[in-house]
Amino acid sequence: MIRLIEDNDPTSFEKLKLLYPHASNAFIIGITGSPGVGKSTLIDALITQFRELDKKVAILAVDPSSPFSGGAILGDRIRMQRHATDEKVFIRSMASRGQKGGLSRATKDAVVVFSAMGYEIIIIETVGAGQAEFDIANIAHSIGIVTSPGAGDGIQAVKAGILETGDIFIVNKSDKLDADASVHQLNMMIEMRKSSKTNWKAQVLKTIAQNGTGVKEVADAFLSHFDFMKNNNLIDQKRNAMEKSYFNSLLKDLILEKLFLYMKNSEACKKIEKEIQSGSMDPLSAAEFLVNKLIVFKNNE
Amino acid sequence: METKNKIRVLIAKPGLDGHDKGAKIVALALRDAGMEVIYSGLHQTLEQIIQTATQESVDVIGLSIMSGAHLPISEKLIAMMKEQGLDNVNLTVGGVIPFQDIPKLKEMGVAEVFPGGTSFKDIITSMNKLFE
Amino acid sequence: MGVAKYTKDTKGAITEVEYQSGIKVKPVYGPEDLEKAGFEYTKDLGSPGEYPFTRSIHSQGYRSRAWTTRQYTGFGTPEETNERFKLMIANGQNGLNVAFDLPTQMGYDSDHPLAQGEVGRVGMAIDSLKDFEIAFAGIPLDRIGSGLTINAVATIMMAMYQAVAEKAGYKKEQISTTPQNDILKEMIGRGAWIFPVEHGVRLVGDSIEYAVKELPKSNPVSLCGYHIRESGATPAQEIAYAFEIAKAYIENVEQRGIKPEEFVGRFSFNLNVYGNLWEQIAKFRAARKLWAKMLKNEYGINDKKKLFLRGLFGGGGSGLTKEQPENNIMRGAYYALGAALSGAQTTALCSFDEAYTIPTPRSALLSLRTLEMLMDEVGLRDTVDPLAGSYFIETITIEMEEKILEEMKEVQQMGGMVNCISNGMIQRKISKQAYEFEKGLQSGEYRKVGLNPESTDAMADKTDVELHEYNEEWAIKSKASLNEVRRTRNDKNVSQSLAALEKAAKGNDNVMPHLVKCCHVYATVGEMAGVFRQTFGEWNEPDFY
Repeated sequence: MIRLIEDNDPTSFEKLKLLYPHASNAFIIGITGSPGVGKSTLIDALITQFRELDKKVAILAVDPSSPFSGGAILGDRIRMQRHATDEKVFIRSMASRGQKGGLSRATKDAVVVFSAMGYEIIIIETVGAGQAEFDIANIAHSIGIVTSPGAGDGIQAVKAGILETGDIFIVNKSDKLDADASVHQLNMMIEMRKSSKTNWKAQVLKTIAQNGTGVKEVADAFLSHFDFMKNNNLIDQKRNAMEKSYFNSLLKDLILEKLFLYMKNSEACKKIEKEIQSGSMDPLSAAEFLVNKLIVFKNNE
Repeated sequence: METKNKIRVLIAKPGLDGHDKGAKIVALALRDAGMEVIYSGLHQTLEQIIQTATQESVDVIGLSIMSGAHLPISEKLIAMMKEQGLDNVNLTVGGVIPFQDIPKLKEMGVAEVFPGGTSFKDIITSMNKLFE
Repeated sequence: MGVAKYTKDTKGAITEVEYQSGIKVKPVYGPEDLEKAGFEYTKDLGSPGEYPFTRSIHSQGYRSRAWTTRQYTGFGTPEETNERFKLMIANGQNGLNVAFDLPTQMGYDSDHPLAQGEVGRVGMAIDSLKDFEIAFAGIPLDRIGSGLTINAVATIMMAMYQAVAEKAGYKKEQISTTPQNDILKEMIGRGAWIFPVEHGVRLVGDSIEYAVKELPKSNPVSLCGYHIRESGATPAQEIAYAFEIAKAYIENVEQRGIKPEEFVGRFSFNLNVYGNLWEQIAKFRAARKLWAKMLKNEYGINDKKKLFLRGLFGGGGSGLTKEQPENNIMRGAYYALGAALSGAQTTALCSFDEAYTIPTPRSALLSLRTLEMLMDEVGLRDTVDPLAGSYFIETITIEMEEKILEEMKEVQQMGGMVNCISNGMIQRKISKQAYEFEKGLQSGEYRKVGLNPESTDAMADKTDVELHEYNEEWAIKSKASLNEVRRTRNDKNVSQSLAALEKAAKGNDNVMPHLVKCCHVYATVGEMAGVFRQTFGEWNEPDFY
């Protein structure tokens, strides 16, 4: 099913419609951070924790596609393979396929599938959060931001804007020098951030994911954040925001797809293309002209 | 959208053999040919490989075997693939494979065999051919 | 042409040559090149047998003693291995080099599900002391040294070797064993790792400390640049990484309050002969020199014998082709020539069929004969370090030294070898190089005879070779023997010994004495490794791409 979504198979849409009503109960966690900070290892350890609570866990590991070939190597699951044969764990890798906007929707689609399959906790692993077009905050209930000591870029990423979205901050590889400095730095930044809409106090936790140290605390923190949302009626609020965001990205995709196809085959478009080739019209003016024409055309219809 | 029908391949190292240079460079070559490659890491059981192939909805399982155990491993994996209903998944085998074993593997149901030294071009062409 | 990069003009004349390590080769070398490189006889060469040992660690080279050959043996059951051992000793071999099957290397007993189809396949299957008792029956362990090709569970095999010797009436001080025991190289290349990096290094440290205190004739670590090279490293990286790995082990043992001079003299090396002939010779000479310099300058070691880079220069596996396998016989001979010209102390050669299968007795014998020819027929024993003073060789030896130092510096700047392997920096670098090299081989940028340009000659490239057959009986026998051990041993002793081992593993005590006790009461390899698996967990590979 996820394969159909990735391949943008036309049948997937109908199937998703059937699944959607059954897809509202999962707790969705987004884990993000720079490459090399140990996200996959942390998730591997988190799976163990959630499995001890007998939760069904699904993982969606999103990795970038190669900008040159469009291919990808998806290796995050190497570090989670010991869970591969646990029937209550489902690990799926997904390549970004170079489409940030589409990715956001494909991710959400996959979450719908997992949720409808009865997975209680869904963890999405991504690099480079905070991109406007792929806002993990509109897909996940809780956002965990992972850094490691010395990975200055981790802190940079935090500074770059995802600070606002983080609910749990994790300093992994905390056996290294400078771990406490990273914790301190993050705490200061959290203090400084604008008071968020909720009263949730973001936490900074230390882990050594490789041997599981501190991971239980992280799992507990996520669960208590979920409880906090439930107890403060924030879940419905969140769901509304999520649905709105999903609706918007679907709308954008569907409009684009349908109209683009329609216009590509229209006589007007073919004519304009010829004009661009012959040099009598530049691409900028051509696009503007067509869209203006389209609106007129739609109004007439 | 231009996202349709990328070939998804699981490159897997079954068993205890740890010689992974071949598996890694083939993974890089397939990526550069535009495929999506899931890399299993070392020391995989056949159960892990089957589950990974299922969860990742791959089109091809590419085994890399250097220990000489390619015949029993392939035979067992094919039986498990049938059991799991992975009928649309192709199995390819690479590594230290003597030429005289190639017909035996194909008879078992292995789609393609890539003995060490097979060029990337030949591997990619054969992979693509499986989906024409 | 080979592994170097050659640029040619339109007429086919070579205009530029660049070796893998980054050394650019000129068409002609003269005295001015030595001057430019700052060459000084005493500083850069010294007499053979004298610091910095560039020429040889022996003053007379092969005149006093030809190289020793170490064929890799051990397959199937302990009984068969024992027969093979006795045959080799009868033929004059004074050292054994023992191969273990994959389940043993990975710390699993023969009846573990993951062992299926692998028992006895690539080496001997060892489950408990009983198997060692059979394998080493009648072998004079006070005279014959044994190399144990095992890494992740090298501590267990070292302990078992001591146990088997003690059982046969020898004292631990009399025995000589050289386990490979280089876990960091397994993480770069060969893949037979189990535990996370820091625990792997701790076990190496335990075995070194134990050897210092209890096993005076054993050499606890063999540093394998060999497998790093096979994974795609350049010759300069092979040496640089092996040295940086050595430093990681030294550091671990130093932290226990043991001075490097007490143990570094017992490190040995396993280095690769595959590559361009001249680059290899420069590599071996530069490596001997740099190792001595490093130990002297960084660790203050002055005892001459402790500055020797000892070990095996051999193998050459990645140079072999599956196409036209007979060509590998000649290839191997040239690789071995490079080793002989470099003054290799010990050697072994990959067999021509190794691109297909475990060597058959016939191909293993061919390798041995090749090595004998060099010493006894061709004239490599005539004089020590025959290439010394060559404008070309001395210049590129100095350049090679610089390249090795550059690679070492990069590792140091990234926080040392343990860090570089944990975060995957080395693995990424090497797999990228291996990929680029393979592309070059396939495009014909690197010439490989019989492989590219695609051969059109009559020697079909689909030659069948004789295969070493796997025998299903091995697994059945091993399992039966294992069951017998489990049935007859004293389980209470076993569980007590394992509990003591676990306590040591969790704390800071050296695990070695506990392992020896476990071996004596017939705890199995799977049980001992299982304690480590429980305590340390297993390693998670970093990304290679």
